Order: sequence, then structure tokens, then C-alpha cells
Amino acid sequence: MNKIKDKLALWAPSVVFAEGEPLTATVPADRFHDTARNLKEDPDTRFDYLVCLTGMDWGETLGAVYHLRSTELGHEIVLRTETADRENPCLQSVSDVWETANLNEREVFDFFGIRFTGHPDMRRLFLRTDWEGYPLRKDYDASPEVNPVRLENDESPDTTTVWEERDGKAVASERVIFDDSEYVVNIGPQHPATHGVLRFRVSLEGEIIKKVDVNCGYIHRGIEKMCESLTYPQTLALTDRLDYLSAHQNRHALCMCIEKAMGIEVPERAQYIRTIMDELNRLSSHLLFWSTLCMDLGALTAFFYGFRDREKVLDMMEETTGGRLIQNYNVIGGVMADIHPNLVKRIKEFIVYLPKMLEEYDEVFTGNVIARSRMQGIGILPKDVAVSYGVTGPSGRASGWHCDVRKLKPYGVYDKVDFKEIVRTGGDTFDRYLVRVDEIRESLHILEQLVDNIPQGDYAVKTKPIIRVPEGCYFSSVEASRGEFGVYIESRGDKYPYRVKFRSPGLPLVAVVDRLASGGKIADLIAVGGSLDYVVPDIDR
Amino acid sequence: MEIKGVNIKSMKYDAFNDNEYIEQLRANGVNVVVGKLDQLINWGRSNSLWPLTFATSCCGIEFMAVGAARYDFARFGFEVTRASPRQADVIVVAGTIVHKMAPVLKRLYDQMAEPKYVIAMGGCAISGGPFKGSYHVLQGVDKIIPVDVYVPGCPPRPEALLYGMMQLQRKVKAEHYFGVVNRKEKKDTAKDE
Repeated sequence: MNKIKDKLALWAPSVVFAEGEPLTATVPADRFHDTARNLKEDPDTRFDYLVCLTGMDWGETLGAVYHLRSTELGHEIVLRTETADRENPCLQSVSDVWETANLNEREVFDFFGIRFTGHPDMRRLFLRTDWEGYPLRKDYDASPEVNPVRLENDESPDTTTVWEERDGKAVASERVIFDDSEYVVNIGPQHPATHGVLRFRVSLEGEIIKKVDVNCGYIHRGIEKMCESLTYPQTLALTDRLDYLSAHQNRHALCMCIEKAMGIEVPERAQYIRTIMDELNRLSSHLLFWSTLCMDLGALTAFFYGFRDREKVLDMMEETTGGRLIQNYNVIGGVMADIHPNLVKRIKEFIVYLPKMLEEYDEVFTGNVIARSRMQGIGILPKDVAVSYGVTGPSGRASGWHCDVRKLKPYGVYDKVDFKEIVRTGGDTFDRYLVRVDEIRESLHILEQLVDNIPQGDYAVKTKPIIRVPEGCYFSSVEASRGEFGVYIESRGDKYPYRVKFRSPGLPLVAVVDRLASGGKIADLIAVGGSLDYVVPDIDR
Repeated sequence: MEIKGVNIKSMKYDAFNDNEYIEQLRANGVNVVVGKLDQLINWGRSNSLWPLTFATSCCGIEFMAVGAARYDFARFGFEVTRASPRQADVIVVAGTIVHKMAPVLKRLYDQMAEPKYVIAMGGCAISGGPFKGSYHVLQGVDKIIPVDVYVPGCPPRPEALLYGMMQLQRKVKAEHYFGVVNRKEKKDTAKDE
């Protein structure tokens, strides 16, 4: 810890440290890029994973917060940087240090108007190109007269702006994404294989993909801005609708973050129930992944098989929580109601039932020659690229990265159960598929250990009717079905959060599509996209 | 907490047939021959309404569930979902429509061939739902396209969507195919009357 502090003071002499855990340092804006590069490359620090990049409006200043983690050494640091210029705010880009910063910095530009100098592609990420203002600034005018619903098409320009720093000033120049000689095919937003309303612009050379330009924002619902005007218990309802296939896990993350901030001790029974529900949610999500990937590759029968078994999971969740897809079950301090008496019996039946079905899945699809030739060796993601892009979850683990939050920072009762972290090393589409199928088995194994041992006691602690989170910054993350889902809350002691940021596991997954699909055939884009298993409302938030 | 016997009230069969709007559509009398031909054609049309594969968010997963093995809307004539709007009869707007998506939805609707129908599935499509206060969410799809059936819920249960789709079938059956224009978006003829 002190070693990192000394190094930082050496690289950026005017660095300011804040008290508390984890180590938080405010780095001056003009030294930020070099400091970031040093932090990544120095053998004592090795911060190679940018967990979360949050744009901030602190009133007087605009800035950004970077959560960094080292995959080798395991330590963490929070960097902050800010600029007082609200008219033409500029910060240094770190997209050449961590690839995942590329889309994240575009998001910050979209929401706060901060330009990143040295960024190769400074376009809006979510909103229309003709959108007025920057919505997450505190002085944003949200009246519908400023930005009415426009029914004319949004033109997607083929060029982008690059900002360079020259003599302390930011200078704009133009860069071409697709030139006139390129053959560009548009896929989406209405396309059955993009798993929602995602849009790709694909440059083709015959059948070979040269470049993929991802266009997000067709389901950007402004959840982060809405949270700023909702009380803490109200914000919970929105997390379920982010990544609806890991509704329970998302809400678990937000509850954990608020509980950590308030110092609430969650009863053990509630921890067990939460963990069981997390795993049921993972089962339903991975079963849906299996169904849809097979359907994308042309195996329609598999879709019906997967949904048949998924309905059984939904039945169990419905009986206890009342919701099939969106459960609204976690509350601050525990869960909303006790489990249904049938739940234990049903889970036990399911643990016996599903492995037989999984064998059938393997017979129907995994061993299939067509399926194998469409997946093996397609879209290979090396480990260092996965870390740089921040591709977590089953997709990251298929590349050999041990990134399971359940193992790294156990929450719930994951430290009390014995389970394997499924890791493969191939990094191709087939490995991503196999990791998920194996995780279904591992989830059943976790459920088997938990279901008989749910302790007696309260399922929730009583909390005050009005929840005020003490002033400060809090970050906590869980392993959602498709990667690390993080919640960053900055509170000023009010009953409303000052800023909420959700670290979505999906954004890195679409960022990496260009890397995986380029050089391959256009049909493989569908297989790659299906195996990454992104959920679009979670990307767009 | 003890859970007592949960009593789910099922819908009465009379209530299923109770729909004033349909009665209004039926009120205009027609010639026997034309009327019978109408009935025959509408019987065919209402039992082969093919939806568009269109989903933006959570409701889309429930829409998929309705198409899958357990609920299986093919039983009622919604045989397959079509990926092209040119081949679809009904668009189920499943999920939130945001500002950037609004022109796309409008274009999809315009690309569908007449006669075409719209089902607004879930709170977001009806009114913006939980995201009503957001700066980027369309406050109900009926602002840009005409809606035939609203199915509330967040997301609606598959049974609710099936019920909504069957209400649409009843509406189709009550329409006049020959001679009379009864599609509501044709405002010019409404003015003439």
C-alpha cells in the first residue's frame, strides 16, 4: 500500500490521497495518462484491469473515477481526476492503456460532454447525434421541448472526431471510419440474431469482415439519471430491469452496496436465500443462453428443449417471489418474504431432473458436427485481450482468466460452499459455450449443498423507513450471469444518491465483437455474438 | 411467515366475451351474403396472425416464452414469428421504446402490409411504465403508431399476453372486410362520414 503511494507521488507529485479503503488518489489531469500507463506497467503495481469508469459532475468540476484492479497481485486502487472548465472540459484518454476505456470514455462524453484527448473515436455512444445537451450533468434541462421525440432517421456519420492536445489546447481533427470504397452492411437494430436492439455496421470484403462498428443506445433508458431522483429503496426496482436475465443478482449488488455503506448486518438466513436465488437465476440465464445460441446456429428444436427446462426454474422462483422474470425480491437488509415451503422440495427434484436433460443437450447439440465446425476455432479471444477489454464472466473464463467474483471476493455464502471455477484456455466460441454448460452443472452442485442447510432465523433486518446513506463513495460487485456487475454509489448524506453508476458486464462484450469478428466470415459474427451472450438493456442502461 | 392457501381467482367465461368495443364494431348491419363472406375471411385471417420477431427488452423474453413449448401460441394460430415486417400481420411491441428507437419502430410499422395490428405489451409500451420520468423514453407507443390491444404488466404473464392476443383475434373477427373501412388510422374517411 505504502509502496503504491510512494510510486504515485513520484509519478504525479501533486497527487492527493483520501482516507479509507480502498486507496483513493486524486491525480492532476495533466499527469493522468502517464500515471495510468505507469500504474499498468510497473511490476509493483500491475493494474491491468480497469473495472469501472464513471463520469462525474461534482458541481464545480467535471471529472471521472477509475476503479482499477490487478489480476496478478489482487490489489485495488481508485483514481479520480477532474477539470474545472465546464464549457470545454478535456481529460486525457487512457484508451491506449486499457481497451475497455474506449467505449466507456465515449459514454462519459455522451453523458457529461467531457472530451478525451488522444481518444481515437470521440462520438456519442448512446444518444442521437442531434441530441441537445449532456443528460447526466446536474444542470441538464430535461424538458421535452429541448429534445422532442424525433421521427426522422438518425444519420450515422462515416467520420469521427479525434481531439489532440497541442500547447495546452484541445484541437479537433477528422478521422474516417468507413471510406467511400468500403462495402458496409447494416445489421440491426431490428434483427433476430442481435439479441435485442443492437446495431452493427459491418464493412465487408466479399464474405470476410474487415471492421465492425457497434452502435448502441436503442434501448438507453436513462436509469442512472433516474436513480438520482429516487430514494434508495426505489432505486432497487430499476436494477431488475437492467439485465433482466440476472435480475436477482443485479439487485443483490445494489443491496450489498447500500448495506456496506450503512453498516447493516444481513441475517444468515437471508444470505442463504439470496445465494440460492442467485444460482437459480444463473441457471435460468444459462439455459436461455443455450436455447438462443442453438437457435442462432439453426437448431430450433434446442430452443424448445431449453425453454421447457427453464420454465421449471421460473416456476420455483415464481412460487417464492411472485415474479417469473423480474422478481423484486431483495430488499435492503434481507429479502422481501420468506421462502415458500415447497421451494426446498422442488429444488431437490430439479437437481435430479436437470443432469439427465443436460446429457440430452450434449447428444442433440454439443456433439453435432455442424455445431462444432461452426464454433471451434471461431472468434478466439486471448487472455490478455480479455483482461484489457474487461471481458468478465463465462466469456472471460473461457479465455483462461480467473475472474469469478464469487471466488475473488466471496459474498453471500459462497465462502461456505465448495465449487469449481470453470476455466478453459481456448478462448474460442466453443469454449465459451462449454464454460456455460459446465456452469449449469456447477450451479446445481452449489444448490445441492445449500438447500438442506438453510438456517432458521429472520429473513430480513428491520431498517429505518427513510434510508440515508452516509457521505462517501462505495463500490461493490457480484458475479452476474454474464460477468462482473458492479455498483458505484456516491452519496452526499441525502435520501437520494448523488450519483449511481452500474458497471455493466455487457459493454465490454460488445466492445470486443470488432476484435473477434474481424477477419472472419459474416456468418460467424452471429455465432460470436451468440456465444458472448450480451443483453442489450444492460449495455445501454 | 406462514403462507396460507393461495386462492387465484380465474376469469369467468362471461367476462372473456364482455367487450363493449367489439359490440360497437358489430353494430353496423350488412348484407347477408357479404356478411357471411366477411365471417369466412375473418375466420381465416384471425387464425393465422403471424407476429413480427420484435423485442427490445424484458417483455421480449416473456414473448419468447409464449412462443416456446409450454405456452405455445401456435395453438391459437400465431404460427411462427417472422423476421421481416413484410411478412408479419401483427407487431407485438415488447419492451421500452426510447427516443432513438422510435423512428425505427415507426418504419417497421410502415413496412408491414395492411391489414396490420399492434399489441402494446407491458407497462413501458403502454405509457413508459417504470421509466416514465426518464429523459430518453417514449411515453407510450400509441404516440407514434395506433395500438389495438394493451396488455398491462411488468412484464405481463404469458397467460396475459395470450389473452390479449385472443382479444385481437376477436377484434379481427368483428371487422368488415368488404366495402367498409374500419381501420382507425384512416382519418380522411372518418371526416367524410
